[in-house]
Amino acid sequence: MTELAQNLVDGLGRGSIYALLALGLAVVFGVLHLLNFAHGELVTVGAYATYAMFLALGGNWWVFMPAAVLAATATAVATEIVAFRRVRGASPFTLLLTSFGLSVLIQAGLRTFLSDKGRKFPKPAWVFDSVQVAGVRLEVYDLVTLTVTLAVLVGILWPLRRTLFGIALRAAAEDFDAARLMGVQADRILTGAFALSGFLAGIAAVLIAIRLGEAKPLMGLDPLLKAIVATIIGGLGSMGGAVIGGFALGLAEVLFRAWLPDDLKGLTDGFVFAAIALLLVFRPHGLIRVVRAERV
Amino acid sequence: MTTTYGIITGLRDASLRIGAGEIVAVVGPNGAGKSTLLASIVGLVRPAAGRVLLDGRDVTGWAPDRLLRRGVALVPERRRIFTDLSVLENLLLGGAVLRPATRRARVAELLELFPVLAAKRAEPAGYLSGGEAQQLAIARALMSRPRLLLLDEPSLGLAPTLVDLVFDLIARLRAEGRTILVVEQNVRRVLALADRGYVLRSGRVTDTGTGAALAERGDLFAAYLGEPG
Repeated sequence: MTELAQNLVDGLGRGSIYALLALGLAVVFGVLHLLNFAHGELVTVGAYATYAMFLALGGNWWVFMPAAVLAATATAVATEIVAFRRVRGASPFTLLLTSFGLSVLIQAGLRTFLSDKGRKFPKPAWVFDSVQVAGVRLEVYDLVTLTVTLAVLVGILWPLRRTLFGIALRAAAEDFDAARLMGVQADRILTGAFALSGFLAGIAAVLIAIRLGEAKPLMGLDPLLKAIVATIIGGLGSMGGAVIGGFALGLAEVLFRAWLPDDLKGLTDGFVFAAIALLLVFRPHGLIRVVRAERV
Repeated sequence: MTTTYGIITGLRDASLRIGAGEIVAVVGPNGAGKSTLLASIVGLVRPAAGRVLLDGRDVTGWAPDRLLRRGVALVPERRRIFTDLSVLENLLLGGAVLRPATRRARVAELLELFPVLAAKRAEPAGYLSGGEAQQLAIARALMSRPRLLLLDEPSLGLAPTLVDLVFDLIARLRAEGRTILVVEQNVRRVLALADRGYVLRSGRVTDTGTGAALAERGDLFAAYLGEPG
């Protein structure tokens, strides 16, 4: 029972990062019908911003965090204005190719102008701490990750539910053209969607950087892959589904690793993906099916 | 106007005029270009040739939000209400171009006009019946106090009693002096209500006249609209 509780917290902590990234992907997918492959680079940019702040100001994590979030948000908005706005309304293939191109461009830029190798910075001391709660030993990092994620999700729920921008964003995700007919300005809603996805990626970047203590040009690839899987589990385009998918993926990874015999632990990802494939056999649209209007 | 989708021509030199305070009907068989006409007017597609003039000003290709600010609102085909949003949120979004205080006041006015929506204001719009959803679509378009209301197939997919309700609603809007362009397959009902009408076939305007005169044209119904005269 104790081990199960530990695994659950561990899984939810891991799933938190997937959930933040998957939600960002889902927000952009909703308004642009684009699975943004440059999303992982926002994590990379956030981590490099953390490194830059470390060089400039020393080891103050309270400064790193807003800098990383700001850098990822600004990068996301810049990619929308510079690249995606030009191809809005183009075929899904063109959009996908644009996102691949951006991803490669950002990676190449970091490798060329900074370094192919990782840039290290000190992790905060509490990353290695653990606490005992009701006899269960929990890692402080997992608790911090989970708490920050839940706070962010609750924090963005209010504007999504109560402000006209939030209502417009949800409406545009359901039927973009109908939202435009209501007077919603396409540019604003797309920029807002990218800003939100960048903000979420920035938070994820901080949480990842705290754990890794390093920024690397290709560090966004693995989180991107996991976030894509999470959005597919949740139902492509569903914001709620993306969050659920992220937590589900984190839990699945930790529980499979815990329950598999030692000689099969190396195949954990294989078992997780097999379970996802099985899920998609029974629910081809993921956990939450999204019905969306086609564009005129 | 001429509007094309790649190699397909949706509209061919179609010319219409809508006077202030009029109800103008556009009728025609499936694929005649009726919805393309409305999409071209509100800027969802850009005409390949021709112009859209509003009070003499060229508004061709204007984005829908810009046109809405000039007083042109569309109730799209199949309503396209936002099913995940509540009735209230749908209405609020309909007033996206208004100031917040005006928007709230307008919601209160429309909920008074549409009591069925007032009763279900907090419910997801996806739970509404067809008739309720059509009322919501029209109320949502009225949020911005449009001078010109475009209705695309407002009775499509509705039960006969609900069709009555929708046409009563259009008559009520007419009594308020609103200018309405309505595209409709329920030809007899809409011509009975319209001041003037246009018949669209294969993207061309093939006939025009007063609503009453077109309604008397048995040949028109048989030849163009596939109905017995």
